[in-house]
Order: sequence, then C-alpha cells, then structure tokens
Amino acid sequence: MTAAVDHFSAAPPARRFRLADPSMILWIAMIAILIFLIASPMVRLVVSSFQDPETGRLTWANYVEAYGRARHLQALWNTLVFGAGVAVLSCLFGVPLAWAISRTDMPAKGFIRLMVFGAFIIPPYLGAIGWILLAGPNAGWLNKVWIALTGAESGLFNVYSMTGLIVVVAVTSFPYVFVFTSAALDLVSSEMEDAANILGAGTLRTTFRVTLPLVLPAIIGGLIISFLEAIALFGAPALIALPARFQVVSTQLWQFFEYPVRVEQAAAYAMPLLLITIFMFWVQRTVLGRRGYTTVSGKGGERRITRLGPWRFVMLGYALFVCALAVFLPMIVLTQAAFAKAWGRGFSLANLTLQNFHYLLFQQTQAQQAIVNTFVYSGITAFAAIGLSLAIAYVVARKLVPWSNVLAFLCMAPFVIPGIVLAIGFYAAYAPPPLALYGTGTILVLAYTTRFLPIAYTSSAAGMRSVNPEMEEAVRILGGGRLTAIRRVLAPLLKRNLAGAWILVFIPAARELSSAIFLVGPNTRVISVMLFDLSEEGNFEVLSALGMILLVVTLIIAAVGFKAIGRDFMVRSS
Amino acid sequence: MSKLKLRGLEKHYADVAAVDGLDLELHEGEFVSLLGPSGCGKTTTLRMIAGFIEPTAGTIEMDGQVLSSPSGALPPEKRRMSMIFQSYAVWPNMTVQQNVAFGLELRKLPREEVRRRVAEILDVVHMGHLSGRYPAELSGGQQQRVALARAIVIKPQVLLLDEPLSNLDANLREEMRFEIRRLHDEFRITTVYVTHDQAEAMVTSDRIAVMNLGRIEQVADPHTLYNKPKTRFVAGFIGRTNFIEGTSQNGEIAFGAFALPAATLNGAPASGKVTVSVRPQSMRLSRAQSANGGPQVAVTIAERAYLGEFWDYVVTPPDGTMKLRVTTPPLEIYQVGEQAWLAFDPKQMTPIS
Repeated sequence: MTAAVDHFSAAPPARRFRLADPSMILWIAMIAILIFLIASPMVRLVVSSFQDPETGRLTWANYVEAYGRARHLQALWNTLVFGAGVAVLSCLFGVPLAWAISRTDMPAKGFIRLMVFGAFIIPPYLGAIGWILLAGPNAGWLNKVWIALTGAESGLFNVYSMTGLIVVVAVTSFPYVFVFTSAALDLVSSEMEDAANILGAGTLRTTFRVTLPLVLPAIIGGLIISFLEAIALFGAPALIALPARFQVVSTQLWQFFEYPVRVEQAAAYAMPLLLITIFMFWVQRTVLGRRGYTTVSGKGGERRITRLGPWRFVMLGYALFVCALAVFLPMIVLTQAAFAKAWGRGFSLANLTLQNFHYLLFQQTQAQQAIVNTFVYSGITAFAAIGLSLAIAYVVARKLVPWSNVLAFLCMAPFVIPGIVLAIGFYAAYAPPPLALYGTGTILVLAYTTRFLPIAYTSSAAGMRSVNPEMEEAVRILGGGRLTAIRRVLAPLLKRNLAGAWILVFIPAARELSSAIFLVGPNTRVISVMLFDLSEEGNFEVLSALGMILLVVTLIIAAVGFKAIGRDFMVRSS
Repeated sequence: MSKLKLRGLEKHYADVAAVDGLDLELHEGEFVSLLGPSGCGKTTTLRMIAGFIEPTAGTIEMDGQVLSSPSGALPPEKRRMSMIFQSYAVWPNMTVQQNVAFGLELRKLPREEVRRRVAEILDVVHMGHLSGRYPAELSGGQQQRVALARAIVIKPQVLLLDEPLSNLDANLREEMRFEIRRLHDEFRITTVYVTHDQAEAMVTSDRIAVMNLGRIEQVADPHTLYNKPKTRFVAGFIGRTNFIEGTSQNGEIAFGAFALPAATLNGAPASGKVTVSVRPQSMRLSRAQSANGGPQVAVTIAERAYLGEFWDYVVTPPDGTMKLRVTTPPLEIYQVGEQAWLAFDPKQMTPIS
C-alpha cells in the first residue's frame, strides 16, 4: 500500500482505480460460483427433461413416458393426499400446543417446549424407523401390547399404510406449525382480547373469534411448510410406502434411478413437485401477506395468560400425548433396539449389549467411513455455504455490482427447490462427463451447499445489516482495503452470527437424505444413506445404534450452538 | 497553494441534485465547517472528499492533484486522510490501544514507534489510563476521544468529521467542541467539519461554509457570517433575526414607520426594494425617547416571554405593518400592551439579497 500512496499522479484518475481494487476479483469469482451452483443444475434439470437420452434432441417423449402410466399418476395423487394429510394433522398437533404454551397456564410448559424442539431435531426417517418398531403389523410393540391386553388375534395398528405414513411424518413436521403459530401468538396484544372480553365474549369465544383468526396467516404459513416438507420427503415414504405397496412422487423418482438410470424421465417427473412448491410459496407470500393483520406486525404490548382451571391438566395430557407420539415412544424403542441383541426380545438385562455400537465404531469399516463422511461433508458444506453467502451478502449490502438484488434472489432460490429435485438437477448437470462428479464427495458438498445456502444467506445478510457501514469505512479511510476491513473488523464482529449459521447449516446437512440418496457412490456413503440401506436389510439393532450416534452428535452441536449464540456482544457495543 | 480544492462539484441521484455546483478551497492547516440543515448536501460533500462517493461533475484536488472526478476516484484507502464518523465507528472487537494503533500498523511502522505514538496521542486526548479497555466498556464521550485519537495519530493530510458530536448529550457536546478546537490548534491538520449545529461550527472553525439545497450560500469567518450575512438563508440559519422590508429612493431607505439615510447601510442598493436583517439584541427598547438622534420608532409590546438569560419581546410599530423580535436584559421589564421606544443601530443592520 505504501507504493500505491507514492504513485499519486497529477493526471486525472481513471476507471482503473476501481478495477485496481483487488477484492473485485474475489467478488466476481464468488458470483460465478453462485451462478454455477444454482443456475446450472436448474437449467440442466429443465433442459434434460426435454431431451432425448440418446441423441440429445428436444422431445416431449420424457413427459409422455413419465405421465403416460396410471401408476405414475396414482403416485402423484398419493403425494397430494399424503401432503394434505400431514398438513392437517400438523395443525391439529401444533396449534393447540402453541396456544397452550404461549397463552395459558398449562403446567410443564418448559418441558413441552423442549420436547417440541426434540421432535424438530429427530430426522423423519429415524422417526419412521421408530414407528416401524412400534406399529409394525404383529411384531410392533404397540400391537404386542394390544394382543397381550385383549387377547386379539392380530394387532390394531399397521404402520405400513397411508394413514401410518401421514401420522409418522406429521409428528416430525408439526414443529413448523408450532413455531409459526407461537411466534404470531407472542405478538398479539392482550388488548385485542380485552376488547372482546369487555363486549361480553367469554374465554372460549374470544379465543376462537379473535385470537386464532388473528394468527391465521401464521397457521396457514406453517401448514404450507408442513405440506411442502412432506411432499419433498424421501426417507420416511421409502421406508413405509414401499412395503405398503404404494408410491409417492419421491419414491417413484427413486425408481427412475434404478438401473437403467432414466434421468430425463426423472427430470420430467420432478416438474410438478417444483411447480407446486414455487406456487405454494407464492401463495404464502402474496395472498397471505396482503391481508392487513397489523397487530401481528408490531411489538407485543402486554400479554396476559388465560386461566384454564382444571382444563389445564386436560391440555397437558394432550400435549404429552403429542410428545409421546413424536418423541417418547419412538425414542424409547430406538434406544432399546440400539442396546439390544434382538429388539423383539424386549426389555431385559439379558438382552442388553453394546455390541451394536462396537460393531459400528470398530468393526464395520463402511460404517466408520459413513460416520466420518457425514461429519466431514457437513462441516465443509457449512464453511462453504457461509463463505459464499457472506461474500454475496457483502456484495449486495455494498451494492458493488449492478443488479445485486438478483444475487440475493439466487441465494434464496434453493429454498423453493425440493431437495430431491435439486439432487436430480445436480445429477443431470455434474454426473456425466466432462465433470463426471458422480460418486465423489465433491458433488455431495456442492449439492448440500446449494441446498442449505438460503439458511446461511439469511444469517449472513442479517449479520451484514447489523454492522454499521461506518465500521468498515473507518478502516478504509485509515488506509485499509475492503479485504482488510473484512478480515480485521467485519469477520470478527460477525463471529457469533457466523458460528450460529455454521451450526444451522451443519445440522440439516448431517441428516440430509433426500438429495444424498441420489448422489452417493460406494465410497461416499453418509449415515443417512447407510441407515436407509440397513433398514432394507432389516437390521434394526445396528440401524438404531447408528441413528443414536447421529442424534447424539447433532444434539451436542445444537447445545454448543445455543450456548455460543446466547450471549451476543454486539448488543453491548451498539 | 490551497491544500484542498473543490471545483464545480456536483452529485446527482436520479433526478435529484444532492450537491449542485460547489466550489470551496481550504488552505493548509485551515479548519472549515460545512454548516446547513439536513439534506443540504453537506455529508454527501464530505463523503465525496473521503472518496466513498464519486462526483457526477466537478473535481476534488489535494495539493494540486486530482483525487476525484466524474471519470474516476481514488479509493478512500489511498487518500491519506482520516475521518471521524457520526457513530464514532470505534471497532468493538479491538481495545482502545488496538483501535488507535490500527492505522499505524497498516502503514507498516516499526512496532516500537507504533507503541510510542499511540501512547502519546492517548495522553493528548486524556485516554492513556484506559488503553486496555474495550469500547463497550467506555462512555460515549470516551469513545469519541478514541475516534479522535485514531484519526489524528496517523497525521492525515486532511481530517474529516461527520457530525461527530450529534450522539453526545448537551454538556459533553459543549466540552468536546473545545476539545476538537484544542486538538486542531495543537496539530494544525487541515480539517473539514460537517455539522447542523451553528454553535459547534462557530466554536471550532476558522471559516464556515453555510450550505443550502446543495450549494454554498456564503463562506466566511464566524464573526462576519453572523454580523454580515449575505443571504436571507444565512441570516436566518445563523442565529435569530428580523427581516424588514424597505424601499430605497433618493438616498433614503423608507421602512414605513421610519427611514434611514442610504449611506448608513453598507451595500444597500440605490433604488428599489431592499431587505434588511436586524438581530433582536441589536435594537434598544426604552421607555423614553433616546436623545442620540439615531433612528427610532414608537412600538407596542405584543407578546413577551422570559427565557432566563434575557427577555424576548415581540413589538409592533403603530401602523402594524411589521412584527419585530427584540431582546432585553432580565431587569428591563415591559408589560404586554405597553408603549415603548425602539432604537435601531444602522451599523448592525445588514442588507441581504
């Protein structure tokens, strides 16, 4: 920099000053990577859906093939039924719990809240395995108890059904409705309810006529998210629907990838999923966003708690019932299986063993590799997503290039792309030569980075907004370039934001199945894929042990995260 | 040769001209304030000098070299200036010592010299005993001193200040005004100071450039600016004043209730309408007609307010054509409705354009 200072010339400075900014190269590189990650797979997806696999010529044949069969159309219909069922059930679970915790004197609120968070942490495919152990026909725990109690010939429950699938997925996705609804309830002022009370409405009428309608947009928002999560899911449907002999879109897509791989048909068949998702997000944004529920936008005001009297124990009973379905029951049977010689032999000391863990950690090299792969890929993904999103958030915040808002849009775009669709796009774009990335760790990291970029970008953009630009300008006027400012001031100031974002990306990446299943090769298997394979072998003891390992690591990292993000030093200094 | 020279500087945003043809020269070691209401373009001008904004037209030169022109601008980090921001922008992740040392480290000075110069400057701003603290552990005034030390320690070619005192409480603000002037007297750094507070500008500055709607209305030292404002805007913005309208004819200026010989008003036109600025404290209110022969007029007290340091009266001459604001010391008390005499001092009346 001393050289630059000495080179003042009397001539008027030209554009070269801006191009001379060395950081510009970095920004351009980051923008190129962003386009490569997001635009290229999506373009490939759409293009290949119209391409002849042999000649590469444009054709409708893939669509004809994909939608020409009754069972393919049936799978589409099944997906809609499944998604709608999950959404409705999620509301029945999530809304009462959110109301009880936010607005009533129900006891044990902290515990219930923790359990809802637990339901959020458990990957749906793990919950599904728990429910297979619980409600498998005849052998499932609940059925055995039923038979023992009533002497009936056969069990009451059969998880291998559409109803079974809906319940299993709903208990893992109701936290979305819960979070949306309770956030909105926390913002509704008690004055709204007082106004109804003073006109003579009782507690119940006020709740149904005033409180709940006020938070209706939030409930519908949660409902839409539950629906979209459900239809994009691969693991739980594959574990339950396939043995039940019905298909949904995600499992059908998986079948297109069985030998011979028909990527083009898969791409054509993925289009409804993509379009429904984009449409639903559009509905949520525009239609619901326009209604003027101004009370839900401001600050809280004073809130009072509704006294339920004896009914609070009824409410608690319902909450515990939901938590039992979502957390206690599946976790108990999974833990039992993880430490059992044979899960069917029940809870006895003689059945207790650590062999499953020993086998996974020390004997089976594939499992060891899957565990290492999972955490290495997720870790790298978290760093890559944050690095990229921070660079883009910086470019957007400082308006370093024209149309910088387009970059923000690109970063958020994967949010509306189901993981399974993204995986097919990645397969179409990067599996064939010249890149030939199929089966490499790189393609997994690229796919994960794309998939979780919106999470990282949301955190990065919020972080950028929280730092006064003058902090950076102070560096520059004292003689430091942009990169110095980022390294010495911006990055240290955003440390906590970024650590939080790292965890928020790492956790879903570590449990990701939908996109991994299409992209893993023999040496790049991850825990989620291995769990899926083990379930096909029916080896539930080892599978449960592996699931435990995944859950425990996730929980530890989440706990560390909460502790780290809890204290925010930006609050002190601003 | 002037140190800093702004020539025909303009900055347009879409159709709006934030800065609209601005010329200003600063001499080496001079302290100049840009004073004006919010939206007058003063901060935009300062940020163009710093290099954060490129001008739409015009040039900025330092020591005869062009720093900014519409064809390009030297980035801020290469201008050898420093700046004090409204938010102080003291980096919360560094101690006081590290904050102040930052600019010196960027200049790759030997560690020993960095330490010595940081210690010196911290003593100058009375922060030596707090050098190990983090900004979150400092008061607003202390953070301000760190920002000052950090900006001065690198011996910048030009020091820029962007409303540095607007976030401080009233007492501290008054103290820091004198502190900033003291530091300037000590180091003689060419300084551009942006403020909307006329008292701040008058305490600190050698010259003040009063800005309005993206243009400079008048540049002058504080005394001239107050006593000889050139435009209606300047007269109204710097202190309080009365505007009285008169007509200049045959060597006399008639103001309705009274008249003045045109020769007593410097700069008044020989004929036509003329507006004159008269400060409230430049007129004398008295019960008896004054005998010294100056212009005076009988008035009625219309309103009054006691502000502690002085009385604030609104008086009207009998024809009721104008209202004049006049101040008196606390013990000169008049009742509303009372008759009195108002004496003018032509030396303190300024024709404005």
